[in-house]
Amino acid sequence: MPKRTDIDSILIIGAGPIVIGQACEFDYSGAQACKALKQEGFRVILVNSNPATIMTDPEMADSVYIEPVNWRTIARIIEKERPAALLPTMGGQTALNTALDLAREGVLERFGVEMIGATKRSIDMAEDRELFRRAMTEIGLATPRARIAHSMEEALAVQAEIGYPTVIRPSFTLGGSGGGIAYNREEFETIVARGLDASPTNEVLLEESVLGWKEYEMEVVRDRNDNCIIVCSIENLDPMGVHTGDSITVAPAQTLTDKESQRLRDASIAVLRKIGVDTGGSNVQFAVNPDDGRVVVIEMNPRVSRSSALASKATGFPIAKIAAKLAVGYTLDELRNEITGGATPASFEPAIDYVVTKIPRFTFEKFPGSNTRLTTQMKSVGEAMAIGRTFQESVQKALRSLETGFDGFDEQLRQPLSEEAATQLAYELRWPGPTRLLYVADALRAGWSRAQVFEATGIDPWFLAQIEDLLREEGRLREEGFESLGAVRLRALKRKGFSDARIGALVDRDAAAVRGRRRKLGIHPVYKRVDTCAAEFATSTAYLYSTYEEECEADPTDRRKIVILGGGPNRIGQGIEFDYCCVHAALALREDGFETIMVNCNPETVSTDYDTSDRLYFEPLTFEDVMEIIEKEKPEGVIVQYGGQTPLKLSRAIAAAGGPIIGTTPDSIDVAEDRERFQKLVAQLKLKQPANATARNEEQAVQMAREVGFPLVVRPSYVLGGRAMEIVFNEDDLRQYITDAVKVSNSSPVLIDRFLDLAVEVDVDAIADGENVLIGGIMEHIEQAGVHSGDSSCSLPPNGLSAEVQEELRAQTRKLAKALNVVGLMNIQFAIQGGVIYILEVNPRASRTVPFVSKATGVPLAKIAARVMTGRSLLAQGHTEERIPAYYSVKESVFPFVKFPDADPILGPEMKSTGEVMGTGHSFGEAYAKAQAASGVVLPTRGLCFISVRDRDKPAAVELARMLIDRGFEIAATGGTAQVLLDSGIMCRRVNKVREGRPHVVDMIKNDEIALIVNTTEGKQAVRESRSIRREAVARRVTYYTTVAAGRATCDALDHLGDIAVNRLQDLHKELLA
Amino acid sequence: MTTPAVLALEDGTVFRGISVGARGNTTGEVVFNTAMTGYQEILTDPSYCRQIVTLTYPHVGNTGTTPEDLESSAIFAAGLVIRDLPVLHSNWRATESLGDFLIRSKVVAIAEIDTRMLTRRLRERGAQAGCIMTGENIDEADAIRAARKFPGLKGMDLAKVVSTRRNYQWNDGMIWRTDPRPPRPQNRLHVVAYDFGIKRNILRLLAEHGCRVTVVPAQTPSDQVLEMNPDGIFLSNGPGDPEPCDYAIRAIREYLQTDIPIFGICLGHQLLGLACGAKTLKMKFGHHGANHPVQELESGRVFISSQNHGFAVDESSLPGELRATHRSLFDGSLQGIAHTERPAFSFQGHPEASPGPHDMRPLFEHFIHLMINRLQSNSKARSSSKSQIAGT
Repeated sequence: MPKRTDIDSILIIGAGPIVIGQACEFDYSGAQACKALKQEGFRVILVNSNPATIMTDPEMADSVYIEPVNWRTIARIIEKERPAALLPTMGGQTALNTALDLAREGVLERFGVEMIGATKRSIDMAEDRELFRRAMTEIGLATPRARIAHSMEEALAVQAEIGYPTVIRPSFTLGGSGGGIAYNREEFETIVARGLDASPTNEVLLEESVLGWKEYEMEVVRDRNDNCIIVCSIENLDPMGVHTGDSITVAPAQTLTDKESQRLRDASIAVLRKIGVDTGGSNVQFAVNPDDGRVVVIEMNPRVSRSSALASKATGFPIAKIAAKLAVGYTLDELRNEITGGATPASFEPAIDYVVTKIPRFTFEKFPGSNTRLTTQMKSVGEAMAIGRTFQESVQKALRSLETGFDGFDEQLRQPLSEEAATQLAYELRWPGPTRLLYVADALRAGWSRAQVFEATGIDPWFLAQIEDLLREEGRLREEGFESLGAVRLRALKRKGFSDARIGALVDRDAAAVRGRRRKLGIHPVYKRVDTCAAEFATSTAYLYSTYEEECEADPTDRRKIVILGGGPNRIGQGIEFDYCCVHAALALREDGFETIMVNCNPETVSTDYDTSDRLYFEPLTFEDVMEIIEKEKPEGVIVQYGGQTPLKLSRAIAAAGGPIIGTTPDSIDVAEDRERFQKLVAQLKLKQPANATARNEEQAVQMAREVGFPLVVRPSYVLGGRAMEIVFNEDDLRQYITDAVKVSNSSPVLIDRFLDLAVEVDVDAIADGENVLIGGIMEHIEQAGVHSGDSSCSLPPNGLSAEVQEELRAQTRKLAKALNVVGLMNIQFAIQGGVIYILEVNPRASRTVPFVSKATGVPLAKIAARVMTGRSLLAQGHTEERIPAYYSVKESVFPFVKFPDADPILGPEMKSTGEVMGTGHSFGEAYAKAQAASGVVLPTRGLCFISVRDRDKPAAVELARMLIDRGFEIAATGGTAQVLLDSGIMCRRVNKVREGRPHVVDMIKNDEIALIVNTTEGKQAVRESRSIRREAVARRVTYYTTVAAGRATCDALDHLGDIAVNRLQDLHKELLA
Repeated sequence: MTTPAVLALEDGTVFRGISVGARGNTTGEVVFNTAMTGYQEILTDPSYCRQIVTLTYPHVGNTGTTPEDLESSAIFAAGLVIRDLPVLHSNWRATESLGDFLIRSKVVAIAEIDTRMLTRRLRERGAQAGCIMTGENIDEADAIRAARKFPGLKGMDLAKVVSTRRNYQWNDGMIWRTDPRPPRPQNRLHVVAYDFGIKRNILRLLAEHGCRVTVVPAQTPSDQVLEMNPDGIFLSNGPGDPEPCDYAIRAIREYLQTDIPIFGICLGHQLLGLACGAKTLKMKFGHHGANHPVQELESGRVFISSQNHGFAVDESSLPGELRATHRSLFDGSLQGIAHTERPAFSFQGHPEASPGPHDMRPLFEHFIHLMINRLQSNSKARSSSKSQIAGT
């Protein structure tokens, strides 16, 4: 059946900001869907609040709306655009839920919009646990014993039937948010309460535990003709009990016989038919009892998912693109498999001849105090994928792809184990944390038997034996030493996936020594192609991975080519923004006629879509792996500026090895990052920096702190995302920090800066070509200095900076760009205190704000800068004028605090946000209101506002209280703040701090008496004391701000709630050109 | 420790690896199979007789072996070529490792070679004769010579080589059921199954569908079969070239004179084609995998099928009384035929799967329906003729 002609326009809903459980895989799927549908001639309308996505580029859809993803906003867009159909399956759970809301609210019916790709009925059946169970029973499939509960009483009754441990799953939440496993009544009540609250329908599923069972996922695609294919089977190395997003997963399934695989295949297809997924991709999860093969269905997602992104990358089969085409009427046999150049149809099942391993990346260090044990609620923030010809090669490549400092199975504990270490080891095995796999290796090294490790972890003995074998090799190597590394031996080790660095560590040499030996012996990897068909058909697609085999299929061309190094796994501080930049570099340089070569290992991204670049190397971003590619391809240039800190860290080594790095030189980058060199430069240019010093031990630090003066910002050198950065207000705090920080950063010096309190912070993005400097945009932060720039909200153009100050910022930017010989992108962070401009830092590379600025101004900064790097001047490109919009764009950050109930949700110099949203409006208030709505903050319009601020914020608090009262709020405050307010003639209720006796403020939050909270603190003591306020606010979903500035902006927003319009991005950009 | 092994191809390519099966030498036609699971089923499929099979998935042996997953009484493949035999197998049903199973079955196998390179070579140059040699001092030139001496499968009648020597009954169903519907009562329908190298899963499925199966040797003449009064005749899969199997072609022509339903799979399909006057041809490297899309021409529906054949019926040679029912979406080749006058049909791929997807199982249903229809119309005819007699 060919394409439908009865619909002409399609609305696609994106996933909104990056949050845990919903990351850039939905940019990948959404972007594929947009491209596919546009290609088919449909008018595509896209809504997504996340500006850092490729899908929200104005070229991706006919109409792009960077607007909040909620039904009310989308109803307005529908009213304006009148799409014929809505495709809700590309934007994760957010899009699915929003689509259900639109259906429920009658919007779709009112405007005659047809839901395609999924129906309300099928979404309901898949998502509603009870309906799903009943459906499974009807088709003869088992599910774990389970019942739904809507209250604690019901829950306790159900629990009594199914016993402990009990799995608690709230309905309709992202990444299992709010769920968990309870081993006793206390835990049970806590998790159920949290789950009931997290579920939009206030229901939780209580489930028989199948902990320790093997976990499998099947990626299924079905068309309207009932043709079904399994794109990929995925085996979770971590058995049931760990959320699949947090599990190490392997594709294809390793430990199933054909009979068992086919049984899961039949069941998966039966599930799709029953649920009624008529067109598109779905994911079905199973648990299999390792003792008798009993199979139970765990759940299914009637949409593309994180797993389908992984399956697409793992097989080369583009699920989202195909699913989009199926949704508009095609059948699988009518679509071609592009990776084989169309030689075969899309109606087949990929056969792969390699092993794929995905390992999640966690960021618990950002949330001190949070529970690091992995459960059914997802906690990871990113993932790395690796391809190898064997599991051993694949898993070792994945470990080094993670960039968490591992070169392979690095020892976590010193052998022989101390008693304490042995206890820790047993704990780490039984209660999985972020690095369990490495502890598994430690246990095997310490003499645990395979059976013991299996008993503790439930990891299939097949995987354990593979790891054991690697450890045998390690042991042998340690004994035989570096000199034993002849050609045969070294090649055998490389074939098992050992990195140069790991081999070096085992023989007390550095990676360079091993690399030298390897090169002398002529041992290099070959590159094999991912082709969906295990070489049965020829492929013209250069989707490559390295391995140590005989035949190399890389076949480099002799075209002019540029290698772009990607950002690796997402983490807090380095996420989708950098992938966006890499993709833009690839698109621009391809347009310019270069062959573009992408290197990355993050399966969630658009950059690792095999058709984003001419050639894709799915490889770890380590010096070893990258350099082999550079030597194979011999590119004209290598771009290291776009992938964040990951490639930047490699730049000096690549340059030293002869890699042709283009753009700003590694030396210039060093000037910007090296304190002393940079200080000299600033002095030379007669610019200002906050007073600062570098200390190498505690006493030195204290001494220097006295000279510089408190408060201070302290941090270890060379960091991204403000890791381990803190503001200290007194000497005690400083001493404590030094002890901790020196520990975390391995005796690297501690940097001390005067903290500019109550200063306004400003980001400037610019491009320089050696001659000219193009100012991309000036962004004024809404939160004052002290909150990490990645966490603060900002406004473009600035809302409160005078024209003179802005002009001065531009002038300083130009000066710095010239002095640093920047060629390409740069980002400068300024702080303005009392009219004086200070430079906080300069980053001669792509910054997190590049996509935001590009969306706000319509100037594709990353593309322009990529061209600059290849020698096309700004003048030649016609981009010399800064474009300053007449409308406002506000960026707001989104935080994962809900997932870390034990961590303090306070903002500071350490970055904690996972994603961002953007709001646009013709006033600052409107733009800010939209950004708040998009980030999920509900702005209260009346009620009681609780204000508790530190002393230096008190004057500002008075002003804020007045503004709030003017807008109909009542005010409550604790002692000091209340006194100041009352003294200023402001009516307010005085309430107890927690330590002042009950009822106190937390009681009031729990009783839903408080609508809005503004709470600022400083000093460790005060932060500790006020923590329960913020925690409870997160738990009860009370809108809260930890800066007065944000409170003020909120008042501004409240004035504009009535007149919010939806803006088509292309129209906004047109305004700029008019 | 490990014993070296080489695989030599007739084009002179030599792959060096290690021996992971029995020691010794073997020659055969080297083919590749892209199925990611089911190595035990593949090795014990008699259709692989005289073929050295390369599995493209790199880890082979992960789940060990179990008597339950045998497709015949022994390994028929002439040799096995893989990238890696894992250090440990793991599966709740496993009773023996693949390595031990190979050694016990005296089958030569080589691992640690670049199987993807080999596959690409076979894809480009077509299936080739090859030789695996194991041991410390292998003469590679000797291995190449041995490979070149292998006569090839064209014109080779292997069906009668692998076939059973005497008749036997089969009544066992599937090892576990995947169909939620209750099983059909057995023994209603009597099927005579020609064993040209039959896979057990065909027999299991026939039993599962309520058939009492008599398996007969490849060269059983038609009169002996007709004496058994079968409700249906099944033509099995098998190795080698269908053309020399004149005995089978003759018998099938006899059956086509009757109204007895006939169902052929793989070699059985080719034999049905030949019996009706179509031609068969040798393919470049054949179809061997579990992911092949096959389109049912009447409905347009696509099924993922298991495939294992090096010969095919040439669609352009189909006589008038045969119509094409299925085609491969990989290369457009003919995958199924049906007789226009008789209840006879056949399929080139493997609807019995094992290994592979179960999408084509409805063909067994179809066979059952043909048999039931015949019984019903015969009994109607009998009763109507009876009533005619009674009426006169």
